[in-house]
Amino acid sequence: MISTQKQPIYLDNAATTRCDPRVVEAMLPYFNERFGNAGSRNHRFGWEAEDGIEIAREQAATLIGAQAKEVIFTSGSTESNNLAIKGAAEIYARAPVGQSGRGHIVTASHEHKAVLDPIRRLMREGFDATFITPPPDGVITAAMVQAALRPDTILVSIMWANNELGTINEVPQIGKLCHEREVIFHTDATQWVGKMPTNVETDHVDLLSWSGHKMYGPKGVGALYVRRRKPRVRLEALQDGGGQERGMRSGTLNVPGIVGFGKACELCAASMDAEASRLLAMRCRLEAELVKRIEVTVVNGHATKRVPNITNISFGFVEGESLMMGVREIACSSGSACTSASLEPSYVLKSLGIGDDLAHSSLRLSLGRWTTDAEIDSAIEMISNAVGHLRRLSPLYDLHKEGIDLSKIVWQSH
Amino acid sequence: MAYSPKVIDHYEHPRNVGSFGTSKDVAARRDIGIGIVGAPECGDVMQLQIRVSDQGIIEDAKFKCFGCGSAIASSSLATEWIKGKSVDEALTIRNTQIVEELSLPPVKIHCSVLAEDSIRSAIEDWKKKSAAPAAATSCSTT
Repeated sequence: MISTQKQPIYLDNAATTRCDPRVVEAMLPYFNERFGNAGSRNHRFGWEAEDGIEIAREQAATLIGAQAKEVIFTSGSTESNNLAIKGAAEIYARAPVGQSGRGHIVTASHEHKAVLDPIRRLMREGFDATFITPPPDGVITAAMVQAALRPDTILVSIMWANNELGTINEVPQIGKLCHEREVIFHTDATQWVGKMPTNVETDHVDLLSWSGHKMYGPKGVGALYVRRRKPRVRLEALQDGGGQERGMRSGTLNVPGIVGFGKACELCAASMDAEASRLLAMRCRLEAELVKRIEVTVVNGHATKRVPNITNISFGFVEGESLMMGVREIACSSGSACTSASLEPSYVLKSLGIGDDLAHSSLRLSLGRWTTDAEIDSAIEMISNAVGHLRRLSPLYDLHKEGIDLSKIVWQSH
Repeated sequence: MAYSPKVIDHYEHPRNVGSFGTSKDVAARRDIGIGIVGAPECGDVMQLQIRVSDQGIIEDAKFKCFGCGSAIASSSLATEWIKGKSVDEALTIRNTQIVEELSLPPVKIHCSVLAEDSIRSAIEDWKKKSAAPAAATSCSTT
């Protein structure tokens, strides 16, 4: 119903990124002349498609310091997480199907739903799980994981960077701990890979999920890294059929998508350092200006241990959805209840112990390859103005100015 | 979510924003009724203040709202509708009328309920205060 005259400023790159035009260009021949099925072993169309796949597999492996054979193509991180978690649990289970005590899994309560929900399903199927409550800065350390490990722990799944906060968990240290304890370590690296240097060897990762569309590639394609030696990780397939992807993921390969995914990996590898420092400078300026201009503004999560492109900011006494309405020229996300169907504020912010009121007041702004300094300037202006407008309307801001402690008021909840 | 033009209009140009003084100032005034409904942890708080004549006519109304655009619009609209009405007339306003006027989607119906509640709560507060002995000082409005 709102007509937009000009394109809004896109600060929702943690939700998805624009596909890089170079990626689109690389994909196009695989819709047209090279349309073959990579599984067709007996003619040129099949060979061309297979060549495209193997180049992409190499590009993907290079980005994370893996061997090409260790990369399994999937439909994206949700599938990769499901395959990693359920697939490993079935193989490493301590007891057969139908029994309890099948093994223990460690994760954290602010993980993505695509990790939490597969683990919850496994809990209904005889596995146990520990959900580590993150500290207020959101960073999961190796010590926290160590405290959660049990003799029957079979799998640890800790994301590399959090999708709402951008906070970075201690993945190399957690991986090292898991290898010492001979526990399989999976990381959902969707918000990390392509933005920050990744090496599955020195970072001690056994299973790693990532997605094309978070790193300027196409939607509907992702990958799972599956370690082949020290240790050789085995997975039970979730999907049976033609035995593609070493039997771990049957189904005709999405050739154009995978080619685009590979190209996106190659482009990220080439521009990562320059892009990370450029985005970090912009994000720091955005945060510093907003905190300076607007009182009771809090950057959520660890001050520095965050990926360069994500910031999550709470503006006290202002509700997130109305704030987004005030900055309709900015495309972003909010942890506010009103932006979700459930009317519950973000469970990620809540798990950090951030009060519900501040969780309702949050915006997630995520920068990307095409974000400009001029856009950041505009965003700072628009957000400052909108917060000002809404605070003039806010009864909570009045109470704050009168020196009344909001947490001491008994509200008439509904 | 797409907002209706009326919600956007109230959001951008809210009617009757404000209060008749600080919470301490207005607490003791017998001509003013205050309704505060909702809670910050639920993501919406509406504050409605009404100034009522001895004849029971709502002469003025002011609101403040912490909440989504639909909550702001619902409370802004409520002030427009109750101004000039008698308290009894104001009590006949139903949330469904607000839903209809603002074309609120089902997920936003609670915003209209909150606006209706704020009207009732403000009128109840005024009735209680105006019925109390003149000398009474109200320092505890729980």
